[in-house]
Amino acid sequence: MSALKIKKGTSKHSAYDLRDPNAEVMETHTLAVIVDNEAGVLARVIGLFSGRGYNIESLTVAEVDHEGHRSRITVVTTGTPAVIEQIKAQLGRMIPVYDVHDLTVEGPAVERELALIKVANTGEKRVEALRLADIFRANVVDSTLESFVFEMTGTTDKIDAFAELMRPLGLVEIARTGVAAMSRGTAA
Amino acid sequence: MTRQMTGAQMVVQALRDQGVDVVFGYPGGAVLPIYDEIFQQNDIRHILVRHEQGAVHAAEGYARSTGKPGVVLVTSGPGATNAVTGITDALMDSIPLVVLTGQVPTFMIGNDAFQEADTVGITRPCTKHNWLVKDPAKVSETIHQAFQVATNGRPGPVVVDLPKDVQFAQGTYTPPQQANLGHYNPQVKGDIDAITQLVEMIESAERPIIYSGGGVINSGTAASQLLRELVDATGFPITSTLMGLGAYPASGKSWLGMLGMHGTYEANLAMHGCDLMINIGARFDDRITGRIADFSPKSRKAHIDIDPSSINKSIHVDLPIIGDVGHVLEDLLRVWKSRGRKTAQAGLEKWWKQIAEWKSVNCLYYKPSKQAIKPQYALERLEALTRGHDRYVTTEVGQHQMWAAQFMGFEDPNRWMTSGGLGTMGYGLPASVGVQVAHPDALVINVAGEASWLMNMQEMGTAVQYRLPVKQFILNNERLGMVRQWQELLHGERYSHSWSEALPDFVKLAEAFGCKGIMVKDPADLDDAIQEMLDYDGPVIFDCLVEKHENCFPMIPSGEPHNKMLLGDASTKDAIQQGGAVLV
Repeated sequence: MSALKIKKGTSKHSAYDLRDPNAEVMETHTLAVIVDNEAGVLARVIGLFSGRGYNIESLTVAEVDHEGHRSRITVVTTGTPAVIEQIKAQLGRMIPVYDVHDLTVEGPAVERELALIKVANTGEKRVEALRLADIFRANVVDSTLESFVFEMTGTTDKIDAFAELMRPLGLVEIARTGVAAMSRGTAA
Repeated sequence: MTRQMTGAQMVVQALRDQGVDVVFGYPGGAVLPIYDEIFQQNDIRHILVRHEQGAVHAAEGYARSTGKPGVVLVTSGPGATNAVTGITDALMDSIPLVVLTGQVPTFMIGNDAFQEADTVGITRPCTKHNWLVKDPAKVSETIHQAFQVATNGRPGPVVVDLPKDVQFAQGTYTPPQQANLGHYNPQVKGDIDAITQLVEMIESAERPIIYSGGGVINSGTAASQLLRELVDATGFPITSTLMGLGAYPASGKSWLGMLGMHGTYEANLAMHGCDLMINIGARFDDRITGRIADFSPKSRKAHIDIDPSSINKSIHVDLPIIGDVGHVLEDLLRVWKSRGRKTAQAGLEKWWKQIAEWKSVNCLYYKPSKQAIKPQYALERLEALTRGHDRYVTTEVGQHQMWAAQFMGFEDPNRWMTSGGLGTMGYGLPASVGVQVAHPDALVINVAGEASWLMNMQEMGTAVQYRLPVKQFILNNERLGMVRQWQELLHGERYSHSWSEALPDFVKLAEAFGCKGIMVKDPADLDDAIQEMLDYDGPVIFDCLVEKHENCFPMIPSGEPHNKMLLGDASTKDAIQQGGAVLV
């Protein structure tokens, strides 16, 4: 119907493309999610992320209130601001979820990760590894004549940096807990 | 009062205490104890379906037409997996359901036992919440909680998985009043400051539109009343999604018809050109918005929704109001009245003139025919001959569904049951069964296409068994009409597998089921045939042979904005090209 001035062949945008095509910046946020520690609760949270295509950079979970059976899930995620808001809203409406804290926007927060790092080496490399461990305040929790297991706590960046330094010094393997985080100050 | 009883007895008692009067189900090994209890009582009626998917759709029809939650009882394994499509359908359309599934005994879970499936795992993404009850002491409390979750906030389906040993075990029954229902308690009252802001917007809007959705129906009949009051008092035009039809009456003077992909020209252009959009209980679905970037570019948008995750999910809104539609509308009207019931009259009058111009395009026009029954004509006649009846309409999914939405008028909420979000072919027949169970004396019509209808046709057996006089109004074009339409417009008229070469004789099929069959193909006979269907006191399969290649218009091609509508065959040639073809 020419009266409508339909431009031919203009269908190039997806009706499903919900994200802003003007590519907003990706942000990394740390969320603390307080949940009922009931069977399957972790699967629910992970299923939400995979089902809706959200990213999980890191995830830690443990029961923090044994009497109230509540767990704290700390999840580090990336997305555009709109996606981060969706993630929080989607988490917030889940039945076992009490609270969703976005520690990245709710003010200053402490973030820590624990890592175990195994390094096998001898001679000068062994001495160097020990020296660097001292600088990074990593503890030796296991040792043989040819290896160390270091334990270190710190931010993700710090552990990344230490692991990178250990690579040429005989890094064998690394185990990390993922981020645990908490807001600074008196409020929960 | 607490009482000792078996898990199975608790299930029945809990349903009774929740006011359940009917359960749709299908027995099997893992639910036999519950079926044994159902046998020994008369408070709860059990409707035996022919397939578990049918049970869930029937419960959806029951729920949608009554406002009460629908209840389903199926066995483990295949019983539960067959129910999954229906459960997903209910989740997408926010229909409250409590689905009870049997499970293998707790000590066999994880053992690949006979008829074992990980029901809570499978249904986790398609339920609002689900539970596996391993402790007999938790059976009654969990069921009470299930009803609370299904019906509060944004409604949805829940699953309670009940292992067989738990059904046999003794435990203490907890009545609803004593049950710990957990912390789920969504906000129903809207923020009064935001509501006041919306009132200010209403007062100054010159080109407003109200866009209402299924949330108004879910909120209850009071919400529909308030919506009508708001529309009539402000004189604002109103359109609605497929799910929201009937909240505002089709005969109302401010009604623009449905919006969206197959919505009316006037509704879609009003959405595109408005300066204030008030979304009441709808969710900016992609069938509504078309191309996001060009969706209603010049308007301020307010969005009333009980689900915070609906806000800004696809369309950024200027004013979100989180709360139950009924509560928010009540406050909104109160504040608006207290400030002197103001609207921008002059602008509004101009706006209505513009809308009248759009209306004059007569977008639902179709070429009449004396040789073949046009599907639109069939629905016009059905509408004319059933208007004034105590009528409920269900549909399957496809062209007929859109034509029903366009050509039938809905005057009240809860009268229109259709699969909107999931688009489930095979929904309509079982849904009509559920509606008729809830409203035994009403006229219940399933507007169907022959392809959708065949997907759950076994449920005719249920209709006949329970003497449910459902009318199956099949617009038979021997094609998968909507698929065919898309292939014509998008895929170079290559009709890949979109027709059926071996359709049953529907009249003989009706006889085989033990009901009445009527076939009509001449437009001149249509009225008499419809009247015969209405006069027959029992289920009818009405085989209406229609024009085979009719397309459903208007149509907004996928990925196009509202002002790029196709109105009729003349406008379709080459209108949709490669880019649009990737969309659904």
